[in-house]
Amino acid sequence: MSGGHAHALHIHGHSVVHRLPGHLKVAALFLFVVAVVATPARAVWAFGLYASVLGLVAGLAGVPVRFIARRMLVEVPFLAFALLLPLVGEGPFLEFGGVRLSEAGVLAAWTILAKGSCGVVGSILLAATTEIPNILAGLNRLRAPKAIVAIAGFMVRYLEVISGEMARMRVAMAARGYEPKAFWQVKALATSAGALFIRSYERGERVYMAMVARGYAGSMPTFGDVLTSTADVVRALALPGLAVITAAVALVVSG
Amino acid sequence: MHIPDGFIDGTTSLGAGVIAAGGVGGALRQSAARLKDRQIPLAGLVAAFVFVLQMLNFPVLPGMSGHLLGGALAAILMGPSVAVVVVSVVIILQAMLFADGGVSALGLNLINMAVVTTLSGWFMFRLVRAPFRPSRRAVLGASFVAATLSVVVSAVMFVVEYAIGGVGGVNLFNVLLLMAGSHLLIGIGEGFITVAVVGAVLQARPDLVFGASDLRAEGSPRLPMKRFWILAGVAAAMLVSLTVFASSNPDGLQWVAEQTGLAQEAQGSLIATSPLSNYGAAGLSDGAGRIVAAAVGMVVTFLLGWLTFTILRRRSPV
Repeated sequence: MSGGHAHALHIHGHSVVHRLPGHLKVAALFLFVVAVVATPARAVWAFGLYASVLGLVAGLAGVPVRFIARRMLVEVPFLAFALLLPLVGEGPFLEFGGVRLSEAGVLAAWTILAKGSCGVVGSILLAATTEIPNILAGLNRLRAPKAIVAIAGFMVRYLEVISGEMARMRVAMAARGYEPKAFWQVKALATSAGALFIRSYERGERVYMAMVARGYAGSMPTFGDVLTSTADVVRALALPGLAVITAAVALVVSG
Repeated sequence: MHIPDGFIDGTTSLGAGVIAAGGVGGALRQSAARLKDRQIPLAGLVAAFVFVLQMLNFPVLPGMSGHLLGGALAAILMGPSVAVVVVSVVIILQAMLFADGGVSALGLNLINMAVVTTLSGWFMFRLVRAPFRPSRRAVLGASFVAATLSVVVSAVMFVVEYAIGGVGGVNLFNVLLLMAGSHLLIGIGEGFITVAVVGAVLQARPDLVFGASDLRAEGSPRLPMKRFWILAGVAAAMLVSLTVFASSNPDGLQWVAEQTGLAQEAQGSLIATSPLSNYGAAGLSDGAGRIVAAAVGMVVTFLLGWLTFTILRRRSPV
């Protein structure tokens, strides 16, 4: 990945999309996803439009298609569920190449496939173009509860430390010739999880002490509050706005 | 378990968002005293821990694995209100950064995994502990029950949401039966891991276990390993009996989908020779067969549970 400090989810860049303030991008994502979910599934053309909106954003931001495709794998379990719906749904049925498909099931599978994918790609693009501190600052500006954002900040900062610790424990276990794979060996995993909890907790205590020693008095300083220009607002909300209009049209057209 | 966008309709998602906001807001208010500045770095690290824990897949049956929800565990370790806040943070970041669970379904996912799992886990934990004297054994037993059932409750919650605003004309009774059944298995795994984690923490830093704050650190004896293995053996037998209902699939949800599919399409199954295969007892009509199968499953589960209890009682010095 790009820089040593950069997160694996982030694609470094200086595009229009990258430069937009975090809170506008978070708001844009919410708006877009709500529009997508509100669209009737039968309006296939609307989803084509949403896909091109996402493609446009990805193109502007220079996020490679392969990166998006790889990250879309989180969707797989639900997609599998979606693809089974036509087979398990109830009538009326369609005949398609000798297979009996439930009409409601086909529609449901399409709904999940289309809407789920739009949502997933939207989130991927947000994470790819926004550094995590900016997302958190954005949530703050959108008046998310302070405690939640503060906890999220610490979580993100220490996520890799903790998962690294977990990985080292597993390596240590493997180095001693023990690689639990079967269910009855779950105790070994769980014991290391217990150790991990204690380590995390004690690290939390130490982090707090260190912060107090450096003058922490209950809130983190914020640097360089991003100024929001009207142009930014227009830029950020143009495409989600288009999605909302599309959804409204689709609702009217498909009744 | 993370619901994506479009799986549940917009109105239901919106309603769930409002309810979840209320729940998380309530938890925030409740925990405000404990989450004063000191606890915020700590809660953040514990959130990172829960996140890492959720990446830990454990095998439930050959070919089917579940991942930890961690709600009950968080509640036992940190108390219910802080736990709701911490797990909520995990769920929110999963949706926004990792695209795991839809942004519009955030309310649903918060209800299922942050609020319901945690609170029901805590409730069961208190309930099971209530009749026993405070002891390490009581804490661990209650942890197992709480963690196992919290996963099932979460699965049932999903079915409720699916019933209100789900897409696709699938028979709801099948979905309920199979979600609850498969998540009982995942729950048993969650129960074991929760017990082991709580046990490990109880041993090293008993002061960190919120649910055992009434326990004195010294005089509490360790759970004898022999009893642990008996418990594990019985639970394994339980797993085997429940295997009758299962075929091999990578995820509980998928498994459910396939099972409902099998009921309709009567395709072959890996365990087609079993009389209870395909969730319908042989020779009976679809609905009746499934009820018989479920009843047999319940009786077997009950018998095994009773057996566990008897063994435990006979062995514990009274």
